[in-house]
Amino acid sequence: MSPSIILVLIVALAVLAFQIGKARSIAVAGGPRNTRSLHSLPGHYGLLTAFWCVLPALAVFGVWVVFQDSVLTRLVLSNMPAEQQALPADQLGLLLNDLRNVVAGNIPASMVSDPVRQAAGDFLRLQRVAHLSLAGVALGIGVLALLWARRRIRPELRARNEYERMVEWALFACSAVAVLTTLGIVLSIVFEAGRFFGTVPFTDFLFGTNWSPQTAIRADQVGSSGAFGAVPLFVGTLLISAVAMVVAVPLGLFSAIYLAEYASPRLRRIVKPLLEVLAGVPTVVYGFFAVTTVGPMLRTVGEALGLSVAGESALAAGLVMGIMIIPFVSSLADDMITAVPQSLRDGAYALGATRSETVRQVVLRAALPGIVGGVLLAVSRAIGETMIVVMAAGLAANLTLNPLEAVTTVTVQIVTLLVGDQEFDSPKTLAAFALGLMLFLVTLLLNVIALYVVRKYREQYE
Amino acid sequence: MNSTSSRRPQTAAETQDRVRAGLARRYRAERRFRAYGIAAITFGVAFVIFLFGTVFSQGVSALRQAYLQIDVFYDPEIIDPAGNRDPDDLMVADYQSLVRASLRERFPTVEGRPALRELYSIASSAASVGLQRRVTADPDLIGQRERLWVLADDTVDMFLKGKVSRSAPEEERRLSDAQIGQIDVLESQKALKLRFNTAFFSNGDSRDPEQAGVRGAVVGSFLTLLITLLLSFPIGVGAAVYLEEFAPRNRMTDLIEVNINNLAAVPSIVFGLLGLAMFISFFGLPRSAPLVGGLVLTLITLPTIIIASRAALKAVPPSIREAALGIGASRWQTVVHHVLPLAMPGVLTGAIIGMARALGESAPLLMIGMVAFIVEVPTGVLDPSTVLPVQVFLWSDLPERGFVERTSGAIIVLLLFLIVMNAAAVVLRSKFEKRW
Repeated sequence: MSPSIILVLIVALAVLAFQIGKARSIAVAGGPRNTRSLHSLPGHYGLLTAFWCVLPALAVFGVWVVFQDSVLTRLVLSNMPAEQQALPADQLGLLLNDLRNVVAGNIPASMVSDPVRQAAGDFLRLQRVAHLSLAGVALGIGVLALLWARRRIRPELRARNEYERMVEWALFACSAVAVLTTLGIVLSIVFEAGRFFGTVPFTDFLFGTNWSPQTAIRADQVGSSGAFGAVPLFVGTLLISAVAMVVAVPLGLFSAIYLAEYASPRLRRIVKPLLEVLAGVPTVVYGFFAVTTVGPMLRTVGEALGLSVAGESALAAGLVMGIMIIPFVSSLADDMITAVPQSLRDGAYALGATRSETVRQVVLRAALPGIVGGVLLAVSRAIGETMIVVMAAGLAANLTLNPLEAVTTVTVQIVTLLVGDQEFDSPKTLAAFALGLMLFLVTLLLNVIALYVVRKYREQYE
Repeated sequence: MNSTSSRRPQTAAETQDRVRAGLARRYRAERRFRAYGIAAITFGVAFVIFLFGTVFSQGVSALRQAYLQIDVFYDPEIIDPAGNRDPDDLMVADYQSLVRASLRERFPTVEGRPALRELYSIASSAASVGLQRRVTADPDLIGQRERLWVLADDTVDMFLKGKVSRSAPEEERRLSDAQIGQIDVLESQKALKLRFNTAFFSNGDSRDPEQAGVRGAVVGSFLTLLITLLLSFPIGVGAAVYLEEFAPRNRMTDLIEVNINNLAAVPSIVFGLLGLAMFISFFGLPRSAPLVGGLVLTLITLPTIIIASRAALKAVPPSIREAALGIGASRWQTVVHHVLPLAMPGVLTGAIIGMARALGESAPLLMIGMVAFIVEVPTGVLDPSTVLPVQVFLWSDLPERGFVERTSGAIIVLLLFLIVMNAAAVVLRSKFEKRW
């Protein structure tokens, strides 16, 4: 019996509970004609009964499913021969990995050693038992709760109020997911990054200028020093983001100004969605475009001008990223510009200013805080952008400010360090979490400042 | 500015003169300013057209594929020497030699191993898989003759599409002169031509460009989005209803709101790290599974859905709530019976836009291992699978030329899905949204 079937059974039990609760309430009221003597509608009694019945059953189900595998693994392990149990931690990990793969059916049982095969058999047997007992326990608790809830049904029971209070708590739980997510991000990243900083000093990471995360597997290997100085990554990220901003800010700002101040409503209606298409295109498409079209194009132009442009230059990635960010800047700037009260414009016109003078000297100045906030948000997006740089920027850490050379970024390194890697112990994998922590902190800081500035600005004219 | 013009004008006439003198310059500046705006917009729109044009022109050829017509004789000597039609034997029989035999029949003059090998390489290695499928489905075919279309090799495909130059020196192209001669013969016999590429839509991933298809990725995307929708829609709407309709103004509510706004701007790759550390490493969920992908994408789309739903709820005028409360409905009844149905078009629009964003997302899915090379089409949310944008990423890395058009083809499929979703959102908004 698989967990999903158990879940379906619990839902079926809930439907049953609803019917029982409803019928019971009608019965205690003395028939369908007398439901007026009840405090709430019969349906409310049904919903309340269903709630009381399902909540404990689901709680048991959730806890059980989360802990089942680790408990079963421990049980199976304790049944294995002493020889296997005495293995050092890393080999034991490999063994458990094999076990899990056999159990999941990823590798055939004939490919592993005898003890593992036996353990896998044990595991599957125990799993069956566990699922059956889970079904028994969860449904049993559900039925018990159902009976208890049924006994509570009396005409005086304020079923609607009670049920609505439960709903309100459920809704609160929904909105608490956001807080839990942030908490989860902080905890998981800080924990893994903490392990990384246990092996590599924090200052080496933050101020070191040499990044070559390949750690040696054998002591005599060449070129695998395992240096974790992240400065080249920070510089590369900032370089590409700067190129992107040089593209996105003027283009986005000018389109916003034109659309808000000059364009006819009809043009605005057509052009605005067209520009927003740019924001809806998946970043992987931009990445592909940067690699196959923009990169070669820049190379040809560079050759014609006598410049050597790297195949994966920061310029190509930055240009395409900038274009991706245009609609982001322009829609935020548009909001800010249209929020400027008309009276300010009218005042400027009355003094004889032309339209562009009004825009430059009055509207933009009034909207400046909001626009700065929007640009900060755009910067944070550029820093965190991943696919474009993974596809179009380089892999080797290169400390340079020349946008024609290949540089690498924080996000590129996170992806290359983690993709395809299974183990969680090497500083190489953990370094990705340290980089993730930096990324999270920097973007968080930018966002907080930007949201604060934007909100302050909005309040000013509301 | 020079000293005369900075001097304060003495008379009205002097002021007028000064203004008039500057007018031409100011109007020029005005025109320039306006031209910048037009240039910016033109650039943006031109880029949209350029991007779509490039992708479509590169990818449209992926819709057609070179197919080869062969007269195949299901030789019982080769595929069923024991003569017992044992399905296990039929599965592993040598169908490759059936394809080869039919090619030899067509070109009886070709002799010698190297020449034959070149001839054989005109057909894709997938051709034999097709025969195997037909025979295992219908063993009565054994001993019969059949004329059918099989996939040609990807170099032949590239040649037919004009991407391998005939005039290039022989050692610089992947087809020999003899092969080109054979291709010409086959073409003139109408036994080799470009047909609609069914393999692209019915196959999973493959290392051979001619066999690689998007089906696995499309199904993977569908399963992932299904999980995302099932989780993020109820949770998102629930959170929005709570924050808009029930939440008291206190520290906790402020904290939640600040959190949602910040999460909306956290880079998606950070969510990938969360998924890796939390769902895979801590809870032990399987790698590469749509379930984990769906969980991560749920967290990414939640802020979008919450913010859109709140805006939709906010747009419902308070008079509706007051009327419902006035005739004795409880707050929850007011919300469920009146406010939420009225806000539904806006809520659904937000959900679709959130889903569209989730469909295009790839970076966090790289973190949780959805980049594996997976041939089988996934059948459940725990099967290893990949998604469309990640498939694009994977193919874009491959050196074979055939994959360039496949990448663009996959992008076209992805963009079509996005266009449909966004169009649905636009229709929903314009058709059902009430203006109060």
